[in-house]
Amino acid sequence: MKRLLVLSAAAGLFLMTACTAGTETSAPKIDPSATSHEPVTIEFWHGFSADNELKAFQDTLEGFNKQYPWITVKATKAVQDDQIIQSVRGGNPPDVALSFTTDSVAQFCKANIFQDLNPYLTASKIDASTLFPKVIDQYTQYAGKRCVMPMLADTYGLYYNKKLMKGNEPPKTLSELADLAKKLTVKDSKGDIKVAGFVPTSQMYENAPIHTGVMVGAKWTNPDGTSAVGGDPAWKTLLTWQKDLTDWYGYDKIEKFRKSFGDEWSADNPFNKGQVAMAVDGEWRNAMIAADAPDLDYGTAPMPVADDQAQRYGAGFIAGTVIGIPRGAKNPEAAWDLVKYLTTDTSALVTLSNAIRNVPSTLPALQSPDLKKDPNFQTFLDIFANPNSTTLPAHINSAFNQQTMQEAQIKWESGRAPDLNGLLADVDKKINEKLKLTAGD
Amino acid sequence: MATATLGRRGKAAPFRSRERRRANLRALLYLSPWLVGFGVFFAYPLISTVYFSFQRYDMFTLEPVGLLNWKYFFRDDAAWTSIKNTLWLVVVMVPLRVVFGLGVAQLVTKLKAGAGVFRTIFYLPSLVPVVAGTLGFVYLLNPGTGPVQAILGAVGIQSPDWFGDPAWSKWGLTLLALWSIGDLMVIFMAALLDVPKQLYEAAALDGASAWQQFTRITLPVIRPVVMFSAVTGVIQTLQYFTQAMVAARVASGATDSAGSVFTPGYPDGSTLTFPEWLFQEGFRDFAMGYACVLALILFAVSMIFTLILLRQFRGFAEEEA
Repeated sequence: MKRLLVLSAAAGLFLMTACTAGTETSAPKIDPSATSHEPVTIEFWHGFSADNELKAFQDTLEGFNKQYPWITVKATKAVQDDQIIQSVRGGNPPDVALSFTTDSVAQFCKANIFQDLNPYLTASKIDASTLFPKVIDQYTQYAGKRCVMPMLADTYGLYYNKKLMKGNEPPKTLSELADLAKKLTVKDSKGDIKVAGFVPTSQMYENAPIHTGVMVGAKWTNPDGTSAVGGDPAWKTLLTWQKDLTDWYGYDKIEKFRKSFGDEWSADNPFNKGQVAMAVDGEWRNAMIAADAPDLDYGTAPMPVADDQAQRYGAGFIAGTVIGIPRGAKNPEAAWDLVKYLTTDTSALVTLSNAIRNVPSTLPALQSPDLKKDPNFQTFLDIFANPNSTTLPAHINSAFNQQTMQEAQIKWESGRAPDLNGLLADVDKKINEKLKLTAGD
Repeated sequence: MATATLGRRGKAAPFRSRERRRANLRALLYLSPWLVGFGVFFAYPLISTVYFSFQRYDMFTLEPVGLLNWKYFFRDDAAWTSIKNTLWLVVVMVPLRVVFGLGVAQLVTKLKAGAGVFRTIFYLPSLVPVVAGTLGFVYLLNPGTGPVQAILGAVGIQSPDWFGDPAWSKWGLTLLALWSIGDLMVIFMAALLDVPKQLYEAAALDGASAWQQFTRITLPVIRPVVMFSAVTGVIQTLQYFTQAMVAARVASGATDSAGSVFTPGYPDGSTLTFPEWLFQEGFRDFAMGYACVLALILFAVSMIFTLILLRQFRGFAEEEA
């Protein structure tokens, strides 16, 4: 029996070694002088699934085919990050993969899930610092590795319903926003909300702290990765403002109203239906309104800023879709050709931007005369170009940090945790403890 | 005599030991499918889990960190919140399910007319897929648009925000568990129908009331089934995941889109269960080493309840004998 146990343990350790052996990494092979145009088929996984997105993507890939006729792209739609990670673990990844979120970029780089693209950029003589706005560096790189490239960007601003605004101009400060929100709100005889001027709670669709923190210039982390939340008075300014306005509505009333909303991504979005006069949203909403509520008379503006930060008006939050070459890709050179095309080719970015109304992510594409620019979309192009616009820098615990902050915010705005200082100190503690667990001291 | 015996043994021993070895090998050969299965699907994962619990493991890179993951467990507020919630479900939901299941089974076995219809009605919900059932409950109980509030509102009652208020969210999940009681009802029905009728007849002749018949006859006879339901209920509840995850996600309004992070346990961590936190740490936060610590703790607790179950059954078997 003892011998059997020893044998089992040895077999277990052997298997374990075999499994973990796959975690070793190897430097990518790059041959910039490769002139071989042997036909090659590459696998491309992306997350797009809506019909208009797929059509736009197909049009863009046709443009790629004209430039690189020897490369056939086999695209797979509606892929999530989990599937990409599992494919890399299983040793059978696609050649190119696209992720909708920048939350995993640090992990992608740290664990070499995606290859470092700096050698590819050097080999292709591409200077990223002049091609992309500086803020993009923060969400496509981690610890000196650029393991993904930006493919289109998202920026956030304020949408307002012109009819419900009753001639008022969009607010520029938080005080103006609160005053206007109260003025535009309509309640029935029982005090239930029929139309809200602005829904201030963090649980409202795009009001997550990652987006609204920019209104007060709030900081998430220090350069060493530890939490800056408790020590930054900007968070207190934002949360106090949100709570005051929430209390004016009554938390129960605003929650009941929020829970009557239709799906964010459907035609029943409360902004489309005239249930809210003003809402924070991304630039993509322009395309959705055009498709779902073409008669809606609306305008767009930058998000309001803290009363004492008027000079920052015009800035917003920037993030975007990222794309890269997973570790173990079978055709890395052809994969790089596709990544390069989708992220640096002006006509590709303009085609995609015009079709799905995302912000093109290179400076030349932003200046392209072919880019469709109507006033409502221009707002977001301006936010993208604004030097005060910020992003959430890549962090190894990016999603955890946001969850922790949002959880604290829900407790605060609901009135279930009355001590704001204690709550934010607790956020610091949790973020810092988690950092020790995942990244070491 | 002694010498002769020794001599005989001395000659027979090598033959017998060869026989025994051959028999052992044959037994091992017969057992080999099970041994391979045990090794690959249980022993190896278990050894790996223990090994990874001492590593910083993000599913790609390994770094030995000693007891860091284990120490973090004691400082991890979310883990303790999830333990408290899981314990609440074990203490409240499991007994309520057993009592409700037994009550419903009693009723439908006693029905003279329409028994088949009622049995079907009570059993049907347990055939509804868990995700669909949970979605349905969250929509029905939605305080903004749900029909339950519409009906209650008509008579002037404001229903609680079942899945949006931490004071009510676990009760909402309990309600859902009681709705899908069909599985337990069937087990209890089988047990109740198995109680000898003559015991009730004798008790009735002695003037025993219905309650006395239930406590003195029914319960003692079906005790093994009640015990089985309770212990398997505890083991299942220790793995409670889907309903809590779906209810929290739908109630929070979190969407699966870039920039939108979903925190399991909404609201305020009140529905966060231990397996949910394990999943979150391992597969969302890339802290697989720490998730292994959580997995080992869950394994140990589940094992304790499994042993209790086995011991009880041994006890019942001895009683029967």
